[in-house]
Amino acid sequence: TSQVTVRDALNQALDEELERDERVFLLGEEVAQYDGAYKISRGLWKKYGDKRVIDTPISEMGFAGIAVGAAMVWLRPVCEFMTFNFSMQAIDQVINSAAKTCYMSAGSIGVPIVFRGPNGASAGVAAQHSQCFAAWYGHCPGLKVVSPWSAEDAKGLLKASIRDDNPVVMLENELLYGVPFEMSEQAQSKEFLIPIGKAKIERQGTHVTLVSHSRPVGHCIEAATVLAKEGVECEVINLRTIRPMDIETVEASVVKTNHLVTVEGGWPQFGVGAEICARIMEGPAFNYLDAPAVRVTGADVPMPYAKILEDNCIPQVKDIVFAVKKALNI
Amino acid sequence: RGFFSRQELGSPEEKPQFPGASAEFVDHLEFIQPNVLAGIPVYRVMDRQGHVLRPSEDPQLPKEQVLKLYKTMTLLNTMDRILYESQRQGRISFYMTNYGEEGTHVGSAAALEPSDLVFGQYREAGVLLYRGYPLELFMAQCYGNANDPGKGRQMPVHYGCRERHFVTISSPLATQIPQAVGAAYAIKRADASRAVVCYFGEGAASEGDAHAGFNFAATLECPIVFFCRNNGYAISTPTAEQYRGDGIAARGPGYGLLSIRVDGNDVFAVFNATREARRRAVAENQPFLIEAMTYSNPQESAPNSPTSLPQTRPPSAPPKSWEFRAFRIGHHSTSDDSSAYRSVDEVNYWDKQDHPISRLRHYLDNRGWWDEQQEKSWRKSSRKMVLEAFEQAEKEPKPPPHLLFSDVYLEMPPRLQRQREELERHLETYGEHYPLQHFQK
Repeated sequence: TSQVTVRDALNQALDEELERDERVFLLGEEVAQYDGAYKISRGLWKKYGDKRVIDTPISEMGFAGIAVGAAMVWLRPVCEFMTFNFSMQAIDQVINSAAKTCYMSAGSIGVPIVFRGPNGASAGVAAQHSQCFAAWYGHCPGLKVVSPWSAEDAKGLLKASIRDDNPVVMLENELLYGVPFEMSEQAQSKEFLIPIGKAKIERQGTHVTLVSHSRPVGHCIEAATVLAKEGVECEVINLRTIRPMDIETVEASVVKTNHLVTVEGGWPQFGVGAEICARIMEGPAFNYLDAPAVRVTGADVPMPYAKILEDNCIPQVKDIVFAVKKALNI
Repeated sequence: RGFFSRQELGSPEEKPQFPGASAEFVDHLEFIQPNVLAGIPVYRVMDRQGHVLRPSEDPQLPKEQVLKLYKTMTLLNTMDRILYESQRQGRISFYMTNYGEEGTHVGSAAALEPSDLVFGQYREAGVLLYRGYPLELFMAQCYGNANDPGKGRQMPVHYGCRERHFVTISSPLATQIPQAVGAAYAIKRADASRAVVCYFGEGAASEGDAHAGFNFAATLECPIVFFCRNNGYAISTPTAEQYRGDGIAARGPGYGLLSIRVDGNDVFAVFNATREARRRAVAENQPFLIEAMTYSNPQESAPNSPTSLPQTRPPSAPPKSWEFRAFRIGHHSTSDDSSAYRSVDEVNYWDKQDHPISRLRHYLDNRGWWDEQQEKSWRKSSRKMVLEAFEQAEKEPKPPPHLLFSDVYLEMPPRLQRQREELERHLETYGEHYPLQHFQK
């Protein structure tokens, strides 16, 4: 194994998929000559040229529409949004065109496209650059939505998304790009894929189930370490995929632990945690809950700029610890 | 050595060196005037009596093809009248007519190769009809019956046909424009002989998608023809409120597109412009913009001869001989009543003076390729064809209920499979309480 940053894992995935299938191409603002706004596509334009890595004019609705049209014909575009906050300018193309076209064309037009880019809170970029879109995209049938945490997640999910014939939204996280993770040799191989729709149990536990996606997964693991010192063993589930959500893994865990805490960076109303709670209620795990589920979410305000406020608007380790203790009534 | 050493300062040959534009310097202050009074001229081949003005511009299409143009235009018109009526009678939920656009559809479709990819907006049924899409399937889509290749998923007039290279119609305006550009880009990479044609109205051209699409088509050097149907209105919004520049054609050069304005009521002008634009778009990998001017006439009137549909309004006085001037050229859609915003005079002028079908009819007459006898016979047979398809479509069952769950994704996910099975079990037990006899098994 070796230490690989999320950025390098994504870069590897793109490189391997561009090499493997000539139909795959990357487009977006700054992806080519600048190596990517966050350097995710470093070296790719030099290696693959203008036809495979394309710098676009500044129009999200424009290049998302172009990507959808290209996907409808025979290509497999990877469409990068500099941040998913900017995807709102293109959201009609993502939802009304990419997501719904297979259904509305009665299966005659597939849209094998991947929309990817950083999602959620960063650091000091304030309200218009910090929103989490997991709930918005996860809401829509016709889309698949993935949200990686580790380098392994990033690589395996990006490759799986590119190979998937349906439209996929991949929600990365800017603060994770520079974080190194252990990657096994297997994970570094060219055929390493992670199935879309399967969650991963990052840490086994018996007292409480912590469910999360993206960067907060790391906070959950830290919180679990803190809580272990007090004799509370948390089971940490990394959802990996928002839609289709692997609720079965969560249910099996809740059946074991009898307590549930969801953790997400997004806002509470209509969020990922809300959906998890609803589904737990609808399924067999409800009868195994010894206490109501607790949600840990971002604060219900547009993200402020001041650092002290920003820090307190996203879930911290202490918030997760607090929520676990509340769920366990300790 | 810096910028200042490139030229002698103050020399009369000093030229601007900006990366963003290449032009001369000018030393007097003058704003460029948007020229809307004497704008881009309108290219036409025939006058209103169907005489070719300049013989070299006559595309000299063979008789069979011109007859095909004429029959497609008139068949479209007949289909429109019947389906529009059927919506007013509550038989289908919605309809959009193509009145007045018959020339733009058929003239352009005839100039394309059959495999050229078409992205329409929603008023291009004539393109599909020209490519041989059967009446049965137009009706099936409008009725959402079991024969609809679209599986009853969409509102009427949202046709799509993969075999005929006509992309399924999507409701949001102008979203097809950047998609068409992306498709053209993909096609350029795969096949150097195919073009993409993208249709839209002058109102949709206001959307941001249109701006982005035009811009990208030029920067990506795509083999695409943008075809704007300017019929003077976007629902109730006249062009004077839609834009203040010289229409859509004048925007083209701003994006680097070769552009032309044509008389949309002149099927040969449309044909010539489309054919040349298509040829060069493919040969030179660059986008073209055609703005076809037409009129959308909402005036109500009855058809020239009785149909077997019960009439909802009394017939007006029959028009002189065979002129199509009296045919209703439509409201925006069945959700619109444009008598609220059109003056009667405005409507009458166009109605009596100009229509793509009349013009082509004059041309045919001038050549002795058509006469009143054939007209009567064609009217009768085309109307019969449409009515038969219509009656049959009405009788067909609806698609089977289990299609509710398919095509959300290319493969059906387990959750939807379970729900479908649940529905099947439910219907097995309680089927008698549902009108299953109207649905295909």
